[in-house]
Amino acid sequence: MRIGGRIISRGVAEGVAIVSRRKFSFLGDVDVETGVVVAEDSDICGESIAGKIFVFPTGRGSTVGTYVLLRMKKKGTAPKAIINVETEPIIAVGAIIAEIPLIDRLEVDPFKIIKSGDRIKVDAINGWVEVYGDRKDQVEA
Amino acid sequence: MDLSREEERLLESDNPTIAKCMEILVALGEIFGADRLIPIKSAHISGISYKNIGEEGLEWLKNLNAKVRVRTTLNPAGMDLERWNEMGLDEGFARKQIEVLKALESIGAELTLTCTPYYIHRPSFGDHLAWAESSAVVYANSVIGARTNRESGISALASAIIGKTPRYGLHIKENRVPAVLVKVKGDLNPSMVGYKLGNEIDGIPIFKFDRKLSDDELKQLGASLASTGNVAMFHVVDQTPEWRDFEIPREKIEVDKAEVEDDCEPDLIALGCPHLSANEIIEIAKIVEKYGKPKKRVWLFTSRHVYENLDNLIKRLEGKGIKVFRDTCMVVSPATERFECVMVNSGKALTYLPKLRKVKAVFGSTNECLRRAFE
Repeated sequence: MRIGGRIISRGVAEGVAIVSRRKFSFLGDVDVETGVVVAEDSDICGESIAGKIFVFPTGRGSTVGTYVLLRMKKKGTAPKAIINVETEPIIAVGAIIAEIPLIDRLEVDPFKIIKSGDRIKVDAINGWVEVYGDRKDQVEA
Repeated sequence: MDLSREEERLLESDNPTIAKCMEILVALGEIFGADRLIPIKSAHISGISYKNIGEEGLEWLKNLNAKVRVRTTLNPAGMDLERWNEMGLDEGFARKQIEVLKALESIGAELTLTCTPYYIHRPSFGDHLAWAESSAVVYANSVIGARTNRESGISALASAIIGKTPRYGLHIKENRVPAVLVKVKGDLNPSMVGYKLGNEIDGIPIFKFDRKLSDDELKQLGASLASTGNVAMFHVVDQTPEWRDFEIPREKIEVDKAEVEDDCEPDLIALGCPHLSANEIIEIAKIVEKYGKPKKRVWLFTSRHVYENLDNLIKRLEGKGIKVFRDTCMVVSPATERFECVMVNSGKALTYLPKLRKVKAVFGSTNECLRRAFE
């Protein structure tokens, strides 16, 4: 099933979802070297966002954070794509310069249809997301 | 957001720099609910100090492959381009900083290296701009009556290359309406008033002072307001160009005190945040005439432009043992990191020195700062 959304950073990616219900800052909440979330108050603390489709409500915090996503991308620790409920400028611009597809304002509440481990395709050229469900085995292949 | 056919083409451009810049403007326009892009007269880019943008920022700038389409000025760098050695900076840093500037020069930006671009090219009333550097944004909106949102370094750069900005926020007259009246009682330091109020108010304030403020004081007020809060514009009754265009808001705050306590003994006195105007340098020269040599280090920061116009006066100040640096400031240069405690006459520097340079800071008026340095 394809769910429409608003294109913020163009591109296409497919991968496994990691879902957090907390606002996120790429400056401080994540270890840039590993992609592991270090914010202790996060519901995904200790888990990695590297190479995943990262689903979270929106960004928070400092404007100094714009280049952090680019640094993570270079180190191979960035998420493959981002789905936000409602994005904000720091994450939007960071995703665009790091060439990470970002989509927000899905027609359906993403927390109702996506859970960590689901395989997802994000098409931020045509503006939709497709959820294939919990089929991790196929993704690794 | 509606895009013209030409703008659609830029979004699909074969040149990745153009496509990315357009993508940034469209994304921001969507996020802020803009209806379209509008042409701008100038752009001012922040994020110039290598210390602040690092290797990733430098690499991104080096990969840019386009020219700016409007006059584009640059914020201060991390060092005086000629006297970085006297600031105690090493050659490795200097080399990286020069690389940043070369990358920006090659896209056609003017190496103004100042947070006060309005002293070099003053915008006109009503001009649409895409400026980063919060203190310059406040000054342009409030004192000049030009129109700009608070851009980030990257969005201002994108606007410079495309020549446009999304139309939302302060580009629209109705959004420039004051939300709260601030009555300032007594002769308080405007920079301290801004510092104290920044995080207390939402929306645009309209101030009523007991006396007329100078342009330099308006600059200080705005810079401080923007450093402790999200303010991008203010009005002043009987002074700023747009205050009469709106009704005075009913919500009211009274301010009769604006002080902070000292908690360290300064080993550096640093003036010039935002960069000193010609008038401020003349005023400092007058004050220090009565003194001998300073007992503490005194560093002044201004733009190359203002410096070159005051050559003789600056030689006199240097003769007294005061250092006058260009192209940089105490907030963006790592040079201030080796001090314990810096005394400033700026609420903005008081906010950012501990945050960005990890040094303590104390506040005083220009007179108090100089007295502390010389007596």
